[in-house]
Amino acid sequence: MPLTGQEINELKGRAKQLRRDIVDITFWAGGAHTGGALSMVEIMVLLYYKYLNIDPKNPQKPDRDRLILSKGHAGVGFAPLLARRGYFDFELLKDFNKFKSPFGMHLDGTKVTGVDVSTGSLGHGLSMAVGLALGARVKGESWRTYCVLGDGECNEGSVWEAAMAASHYGATNLITFVDRNRFMVDGPTEKVMGLEPFTDKWRSFGFVVKEVDGHSYAALSAAIEEAQGETGAPVVIMANTVKGKGVPFMENDVRWHYGGLDSDRLAESKQLIDRADIG
Amino acid sequence: MAEGLTWNVYDANTMTQVEVYGEVLARLGAEHENIVGLSADLAKSTKIGVFADRFPGRFFNAGIAEQNMFGMAAGLAKAGLMPFVSTMAVFTTMRAAEQVRTDICYQNLDVKIIATHGGISFGQAGTTHHCTEDIAIMRAMANMTVIVPADGIECANAVRACISRPGPVYIRIGRGFEPNCYTSGDYGFEIGKAVEMNPGTDLTLVCCGITVLQAMEAAKMLKEADGTSVRVINMHTIKPLDADIIRKAIVETRRIITFEDHNVYGGLGSAVAEVVAESGRACAFARVGIPDCYSLVGYPEDLYCHYGLDADGIMAKVREVLGKDFEQDESWEDGF
Ligand SMILES: Cc1ncc(C[n+]2csc(CCOP(=O)(O)OP(=O)(O)O)c2C)c(N)n1
Repeated sequence: MPLTGQEINELKGRAKQLRRDIVDITFWAGGAHTGGALSMVEIMVLLYYKYLNIDPKNPQKPDRDRLILSKGHAGVGFAPLLARRGYFDFELLKDFNKFKSPFGMHLDGTKVTGVDVSTGSLGHGLSMAVGLALGARVKGESWRTYCVLGDGECNEGSVWEAAMAASHYGATNLITFVDRNRFMVDGPTEKVMGLEPFTDKWRSFGFVVKEVDGHSYAALSAAIEEAQGETGAPVVIMANTVKGKGVPFMENDVRWHYGGLDSDRLAESKQLIDRADIG
Repeated sequence: MAEGLTWNVYDANTMTQVEVYGEVLARLGAEHENIVGLSADLAKSTKIGVFADRFPGRFFNAGIAEQNMFGMAAGLAKAGLMPFVSTMAVFTTMRAAEQVRTDICYQNLDVKIIATHGGISFGQAGTTHHCTEDIAIMRAMANMTVIVPADGIECANAVRACISRPGPVYIRIGRGFEPNCYTSGDYGFEIGKAVEMNPGTDLTLVCCGITVLQAMEAAKMLKEADGTSVRVINMHTIKPLDADIIRKAIVETRRIITFEDHNVYGGLGSAVAEVVAESGRACAFARVGIPDCYSLVGYPEDLYCHYGLDADGIMAKVREVLGKDFEQDESWEDGF
């Protein structure tokens, strides 16, 4: 079912809040992986407010959908989403990165409610996602596993080992996203280690590929619903995004992979976020 | 050109450990045409990027693919080149552990590894980016030399020295914001030869990396406050270990404590314990490090304080060990 105008407006409001939270935490924490957190906002908001079967009041409910943020460095975009969604008090995030805080840059699933799997070392998430998906199948349960990968992350051979296993075992209860923002740490993906023809690679590994505008709710939502209905092969949603999306001075600037904000830049970022119309 | 630093100390003091490394390697690159560089999407933060900018034709960014990178380094070494490889310690020694062991160490190849963000120096990043196991892992690989420089100046010395040391070398540095404990590079750095930083007769502190400076400060404060004479040893090479300096410390001070930014199991403390045990002599002995847990999150200074790896923590541990009635307690009848 296509999203209604009202749904889209609501999601846009949530996304705006999340972007504001991301720059706030970047400021509080003295630096964060801001660029890659901003690029995945629409994907994450849509999943957490529309598609995931979860209950923040009962975070361990056995039939919940699982989500693995394989690009774990984007924890600065994940933690506030979980807080706003009701898993824990947002105020806790003022101590992000600080001594004894449960919140480090890469979220620790043993400490942070709502995080199913600890990530931060790239190239681990999809393997664990395949394991979860196969686990659900062995147990005869109908929950799904979602996995969000970075594009640079797909340099890791283990991602392709996992892809091979997902298609070998026909893990159609697994839906994978690639946040295709075209940047990593040392530069643009195609300059550091070319991924193209990227969708062909996924296809040749046995995936159904849906390539969409990763900032469009309509496009993402259509792709997710098709993926949920897919029974032949696992689906990867290649979400074309912009690193730093929503804060123009961060967009497509590799220096914002990991950056810090002073109070002036923070205020400016929030104004820019408020002005932007994304989705 | 002189060993070690090739610029004045002022520069070294204003540069972080990794910047020093980047600069030294770039200079070595000019002297040795067989040096090539590799990183895995961390060329900038490990500062091997300085070399990359100067010698773009001799640098390979493997992308985020550490296993492949170490395999490539082995191949480059087999082709007669001397690869310097830099990424974070955790991805070097665990993600690519088997490539390092089987492709590089087993074949005894001339690959020089400069691993950054060792220990809990990247405290805020959490366990996925901490590395408190690397010394243990690297120490267990035959043919590997393991060096943990105390500061940027020593790092420069180590990078220069590793060129003439055949076979694989692992140099472990921190995040790069650690203060210097040396004021000059001319103290006769030699791989496998520890440095006595402070003389002492009551107790010996054996340290590596960030704990060296803290131990020096603790020794100074203990002298002033308690009149205690504490020897400080910078065990910059964990393998091959300078066993003589430890045997000497056993005889002369009868008490040894090790301090390291590493799990208490398997690292410097274990290496020193092996020498103490095999010496056949009685010696009060304690190890301080990360107590076999995944470290808390936080800024490194807070964490070092929490785990007793700063000057205050070291002082407290020294007092505790000195307070134990060890030498009188020679009757073995009490059992354990
Ligand atoms: C195994 C591993 N190697 C290196 C790193 C360091 N690192 C953190 S983020 C990053 C770049 C990630 O790029 P990408 O996957 O494209 O993420 P995004 O651009 O969406 O932030 C790197 C190399 C890591 N976390 N894990």
